[in-house]
Amino acid sequence: MGDRPSTTTRTEPRLPGSPFRDPGSALVVQPGEITAGRARGRSPLRREGPAKLTGEAKYTDDLVFPGAWYGATIRSTEAHARLVAIDIDRSDDGFDWSQVVVVTAADIPGENVVSLISDDQPVLVPVGGEIQHHAEPLVLLAASSRAALREAKRRIRPRTEPLPPVFDPLTSEHVFAHYEIGSGDLDAAFATADLVLEGTYRVGHQEQLYIENNAMIAVPRDDGGVAVHGSLQCPYYIHKALKRALTLSDVQAQVIQAETGGGFGGKEEYPSIIAIHAALLARKIGKPVRMIYDRHEDIAATTKRHPAVVTHRTAARRDGTLIAQDIEVVMDGGAYCTLTPVVLSRGALHAGGPYRCPNVRIRARATRTNTPPNGAFRGFGAPQTEFAAEIQLNRIAEALGISPLDIRRRNIYRVGDTTPTGQVLRDSVAAEEVLERAAEASELERTRDRTATARTARGAAGAGRERDTPLTTGSARTASGIGLALAWHGAGFTGSGEVKLASVASIELTREGAIRVLTASTEMGQGTKTIFPQLVADALGVPYEAVEIAPQDTAFVPDSGPTVASRTAMVVGGLLLKGAARLRETVEAATGAPFAESYAPWARASGPLRIDQRFEPYPGIAFDDETYRGDAYPAFGWASCVAEVDVDLDTGDVTVRDVVAVDDVGAVIHPVLAEGQVEGGTLQAIGYATIEEIKLRDGRYLNDRLATYLIPTSLDAPRITAILVEAPFGGAPHGAKGVGELPMDVGAPAVVAAIHDATGVWIHDLPATPERILAALGVTPPRRDEPPPPEPGATDAAVAAPIDAGTDPRPDAPTDPLPLRAPTDRDAS
Amino acid sequence: MTYRFLVNAEPVEVDVPGMRRLLDVLREDLGLTGTKEGCGEGECGACSVILDGDVVDACLVPVCQVDGRLVRTVEGLAPRPPVATSAAVADGVSGPAPAAADARPLDELQQAFLETGGAQCGICTPGMLMAARAYLDDGGTRDEDAIREAIAGNLCRCTGYTKIVEAIARVARAGA
Repeated sequence: MGDRPSTTTRTEPRLPGSPFRDPGSALVVQPGEITAGRARGRSPLRREGPAKLTGEAKYTDDLVFPGAWYGATIRSTEAHARLVAIDIDRSDDGFDWSQVVVVTAADIPGENVVSLISDDQPVLVPVGGEIQHHAEPLVLLAASSRAALREAKRRIRPRTEPLPPVFDPLTSEHVFAHYEIGSGDLDAAFATADLVLEGTYRVGHQEQLYIENNAMIAVPRDDGGVAVHGSLQCPYYIHKALKRALTLSDVQAQVIQAETGGGFGGKEEYPSIIAIHAALLARKIGKPVRMIYDRHEDIAATTKRHPAVVTHRTAARRDGTLIAQDIEVVMDGGAYCTLTPVVLSRGALHAGGPYRCPNVRIRARATRTNTPPNGAFRGFGAPQTEFAAEIQLNRIAEALGISPLDIRRRNIYRVGDTTPTGQVLRDSVAAEEVLERAAEASELERTRDRTATARTARGAAGAGRERDTPLTTGSARTASGIGLALAWHGAGFTGSGEVKLASVASIELTREGAIRVLTASTEMGQGTKTIFPQLVADALGVPYEAVEIAPQDTAFVPDSGPTVASRTAMVVGGLLLKGAARLRETVEAATGAPFAESYAPWARASGPLRIDQRFEPYPGIAFDDETYRGDAYPAFGWASCVAEVDVDLDTGDVTVRDVVAVDDVGAVIHPVLAEGQVEGGTLQAIGYATIEEIKLRDGRYLNDRLATYLIPTSLDAPRITAILVEAPFGGAPHGAKGVGELPMDVGAPAVVAAIHDATGVWIHDLPATPERILAALGVTPPRRDEPPPPEPGATDAAVAAPIDAGTDPRPDAPTDPLPLRAPTDRDAS
Repeated sequence: MTYRFLVNAEPVEVDVPGMRRLLDVLREDLGLTGTKEGCGEGECGACSVILDGDVVDACLVPVCQVDGRLVRTVEGLAPRPPVATSAAVADGVSGPAPAAADARPLDELQQAFLETGGAQCGICTPGMLMAARAYLDDGGTRDEDAIREAIAGNLCRCTGYTKIVEAIARVARAGA
């Protein structure tokens, strides 16, 4: 793409004096440019940056508790079995059992339940109970030394009787959740359509791969309770789970976040299990217990992104207008419910993509399989369904001979349009802005012309090539392509989630004149500890350095809700701004002078003062959780991505060279941090698209270490240009929406679209591995007799293909085992 | 066995089994918890330290191989290396220790990471800094491909590497 001319300029000068931009204008913040003006929109240095950069920041495993014992978990090695007994070999061979403690389900004082949405997941499988997945916790033990722990572990053996496992979500009858969303008359629309196109898309598991493994240290409290220090995103999820499993009071269930080395959703719900395990051991021996996972255990046992099968049947007019979408979503929840109903809900609500369509039916279900439970991961269901929506739309564009850009221009949501839940989009709708910025900054159309001519010169696959003749490309064995994707992402919790949470955030003016922010929102790299002081300082008119932020310790901070759904800046940040305004009014009313000049002496005289700000529903926003009608989200974030790739036509290897990522975040609080979210999220999405694949056999992950589960290195990463757009959200004082999950929704479809632009083939299954690309190109020898390839753009017969044949781009093309195929893959070759 | 070597230019002596990982010696015997474990298999680079000028994974180096040599860790980068406390007892239990902005001394590489946003969650940062330091000490230039090669063994899941490369290039430009 060369050095692109700087085509994106800042269009609107800041309104003099007002911290808020003119709400109507969508303002593009140049990459790396620090907007002028007040603290807001500036990039103060990361508050805990110096401690992290000098190695002094204390992550859980860095904490030292003298006399602590080491904990371990004995896990199931079968996917589905009955736990008949736990045999402990206490034969007297000189092993000192006094240095070991063993905990089983019988030792749980409270309920043997990991409290979340439904009570189906036990803390430990009880003897006589059913093991539901590989690596399920059965027995806990702790020992004074790692050597004693290893020896004890060898002497404890669960006895089990195998039960028949279920691995295929399509045929599993145990349904965790199901939704139907829809409007209009599909049959009429399909009858009058110029084109009907079907397609089935599969996305596999993805591991969050935070570089710091899960870790918890439980320390007994004098009052019989426990203080749990750990790597976590949601202190009050853990607090609630501890209280229930150990029958503790609020005070007795203290949760303290240690510095956390990445979460990405992977530390939203699983930490509750580890905390309970560590607490059970600590209470039994009256000593601290360190439960530190290694990488192998972390990948083998903890949650993954939900795999999904998404089937589209779309009706369109010749000019590209979408007139009907019939979509079916099936997600694999794994063995227990965890957060699956909420992931499925968000996936279903986003399944149509950011496009207006009068007749829509979305049917979604999540089923149980005997595999480790899946859970929260950045995007939370939207990346799965929006990958399918974007590839389906690109295929429709190809079939109608319309460019990917033009078909989006024709169908994108604009102010006043209605979504499938009947929500009228009134505020902060920036689909067009992000789309045009991305096309402009990436020189999309000009590059598409170049790649198209190169492709025709190569006689590339797709149009009328002979079976199995390698691409005749003469010297050029590398094909280049450019791909576009667009997405929307509901800001904050789905439906009435935020109303039910009723989060509280507080600001305290201490007697000594310290201004302290008190929330449960955790820092895990995204910048909470920087933007909260920044927002409060801006609202109070004091310098950034004058505002402190208290550690996330449930003994001191209110429940401001979990650190998830990209809600921290929008919802909790909004509460802090309102609280700061009340604090300022109170002090200025009492002193008659500006807050900045009078708060310190006032505090010494008549402080301290604490303001608790509770969430109030956004005016005019209502959602019916039963009928799934109404405003699913108070506002949506909008994202677009253009990716350029080179595909090696001999090996099928994909190099993602260059990416332009444009994200509407409502209002940019801290440009450097916001860009960091776009860049990091984009690379995570590129990994999801290209190299991150989990394969299973008999319900067990085959690649359960970093040597076999690959994530992008600095050499895999493309040049990423992050462009931030501001379409302020009227419901929040600062106009800010979420940013963390937006880039995750668009990276993968953009890369797969670019692979098609380079090679002419559509990859329907993520990740687009070299094997899948070569199979789709028909370069790998066929493994069984093949029906003739379907005509381009014709109805994709994949929908009818039986599951073991899989739904390949060409039903006859062999691809490696699909993520959702029964793990006991019969090796076809 | 007793092993004597230098850590951040300070002589240390430990009496441990020879095959004990340098990573465990640094973290548990010397209380230098700045070096992190991400995988224990030499894949992620979070435990990178500099051994006689070369970047190595401390999880793959038995302490017997370090006898008489010089080890540099993240704690040694700042101009006035903080004293290695034998066992850093957890603070923070006694009431909220608010994280106010602090004026910790930083070297130009750490300062560049701070200004560009090269550190987000920070768990990969110590290892990343050591790989970058070794690259710069060997005369590494601001060429982006060379920088990406130098940190190819250090996995980061938060940043997408863009601002890390920018920070290292900034220091290389300044002719550190």
